[in-house]
Amino acid sequence: MGIQTWTFIIVGITFALYIGIAIWSRAGSTKEFYVAGGGVSPLANGLATAADWMSAASFLGMAGIIAFSGYDGSVYLMGWTGGYVLLALLLAPYLRKFGKFTVPDFIGDRYYSNIARTVAVIAALFVSFTYVAGQMRGVGVVFSRFLDVEVNTGVYIGMTVVLFYAFLGGMKGITYTQVAQYCVLIFAFMVPAIFISILATGNPIPQLGFGSAGEDGVYLLDKLDGLMTDLGFTAYTDGSKSMTDVFFITAALMLGTAGLPHVIIRFFTVPKVKDARQSAGYALLFIAILYTTAPAIAVFARTNLMETVEDTPYSEIPAWFTKWEDTGLIAWSDKNNDGKIQYLPGSAIEGKKPLFVEGKGTSGERLISNASASANELYVDRDITVLANPEIANLPNWVIALVAAGGLAAALSTAAGLLLVISTSISHDLIKKQFAKDISDKRELLIARLSAVLAVIVAGYFGINPPGFVASVVALAFGLAASSFFPAIVMGIFSKRMNREGAISGMIAGLGITTYYIARFKLGWIGDPETNTPENWWFGISPEGFGTVGMLVNFAVALLISRFTAAPPDSVQQIVEDIRIPSGAGEAMNH
Amino acid sequence: MDLNARKKYWKENLKYLSILLAIWFLVSYGFGILLVEELNTIRLGGFKLGFWFAQQGSIYVFVVLIFVYVRLMNKLDKKYNVNE
Repeated sequence: MGIQTWTFIIVGITFALYIGIAIWSRAGSTKEFYVAGGGVSPLANGLATAADWMSAASFLGMAGIIAFSGYDGSVYLMGWTGGYVLLALLLAPYLRKFGKFTVPDFIGDRYYSNIARTVAVIAALFVSFTYVAGQMRGVGVVFSRFLDVEVNTGVYIGMTVVLFYAFLGGMKGITYTQVAQYCVLIFAFMVPAIFISILATGNPIPQLGFGSAGEDGVYLLDKLDGLMTDLGFTAYTDGSKSMTDVFFITAALMLGTAGLPHVIIRFFTVPKVKDARQSAGYALLFIAILYTTAPAIAVFARTNLMETVEDTPYSEIPAWFTKWEDTGLIAWSDKNNDGKIQYLPGSAIEGKKPLFVEGKGTSGERLISNASASANELYVDRDITVLANPEIANLPNWVIALVAAGGLAAALSTAAGLLLVISTSISHDLIKKQFAKDISDKRELLIARLSAVLAVIVAGYFGINPPGFVASVVALAFGLAASSFFPAIVMGIFSKRMNREGAISGMIAGLGITTYYIARFKLGWIGDPETNTPENWWFGISPEGFGTVGMLVNFAVALLISRFTAAPPDSVQQIVEDIRIPSGAGEAMNH
Repeated sequence: MDLNARKKYWKENLKYLSILLAIWFLVSYGFGILLVEELNTIRLGGFKLGFWFAQQGSIYVFVVLIFVYVRLMNKLDKKYNVNE
């Protein structure tokens, strides 16, 4: 059977599975809708958290980013896993003991202030919308790539599927579909990885494979370093970012991970404090399987690319090369007219994507209109690293279809988790807590469902008309989460003296300075565009890493202000005493 | 639970946290970033050690740290009779 047929079959089966689960796990109360009734087992929650966490970008993009940045890619590997240690040790158990539905609930009650709650709601909505806009676009791109439809049609299909189970099942439906989605995505990721590892080194475990030697007896990493330095690239294991920047980016990603509402909210769904700790462990274990495999795939793919294409005549190139050239993910421009591919440092094209024009070149390659002056002739889209794996390893068509289903599972699970946070923020934190305090549970559930519909529509709109800042989504979402939620929650648990005035001014200062810095150096909205260069970064910290500074500012301002203002009332100090003791968590309170 | 026991429970918890977070910092920011060049002179099979910590080792240690924490806290909860 052809790839297309296999893709329709496998994707069809997985979608039927997700929808079946959604119907089976319909939510009957707000408690089920917001926190899955508080009855999810730690193992299931760990699986769901892992699927929630790993987006299409992790599944398709990360190995590619690492393949093309080498050691510098470590910031994502450490940053997106290390945050779970902070979550498990500093946040999850205490927030579970606190036992309400949302992060703004905690901030509002702990800081006895509606202003604090409102700042938290705005930050939660802002972080989640920035993040989900990129995800919906990702859903569309994945659909278009695998099912041969327009990106926008892909967004509509994705919206419909997510809407179906978010509307029916809320957190309960999302949790159990995410469990299924994790299984699909990890299987789809590991099967090609294992085959490629065997092919490259004879070792079936990719994590060990990329530290082994190939058939020629040379260690793979040494060979890759050699290939790269010979052509003038930085050695793969060295990297080109400054140590300061690597440090700050890693920290911002870790702190942001620990402060993202859609991750935190998952720990409200387990029955006990003990389960919250344990499910954080499971979540990281399941995430680590993919995150430790990705750098191995990166090395196999990069080595393969360097060996196969450099100085190879276009006429002798393997079939996968021309196939991906047809899709526009690879482009080659024969700048010196020798019929051979020169793969060197520097960008082969002007701008971000190759612009193809009609006609073929002398070697039969597709012509592009935006070739750069650089001697490098080859453009390779990073996503190809995972996409082309099965073909490079000559795996059967059903494996390629499986990768498609895996990519879709990754994109849908993350989008659904984010949409739930948004709908909860609207129906619970805004409507129930601010405007209509005495509505019945049934009514709130209806509002929650309608908010989910609204959230899907808005997210879909952003997916179809992506705002310019989507590309900066990572810097924004993580920077804002790191500089607002993380310090406010940690101080709320570990400092009894932290009061309303301190927390609010800390959050505003942290959010303010981080937003300013990103607007200044990432988006270029403020200040003279001419000075928007790395030389002008403060202390050499890139916008991606600035969330760490924002967090420090938040802590400093909060501690300072709280020293000069009144201590929190006794009832609040009692809350802090109470969340520090695990027993008596009960189920998430319905209030 | 009386006030004294609460204080002791919390103090022991904080002790565990500081030790575990110190290890967390050491393997990632220490071995993976600040000391990466020094460690890269040591080899672990085909890996330079600093590079290995940055792309593999730190992640394994993170997973172990959480499960160690779970065990320590379950024991502590039992000791102070606050387990469920």
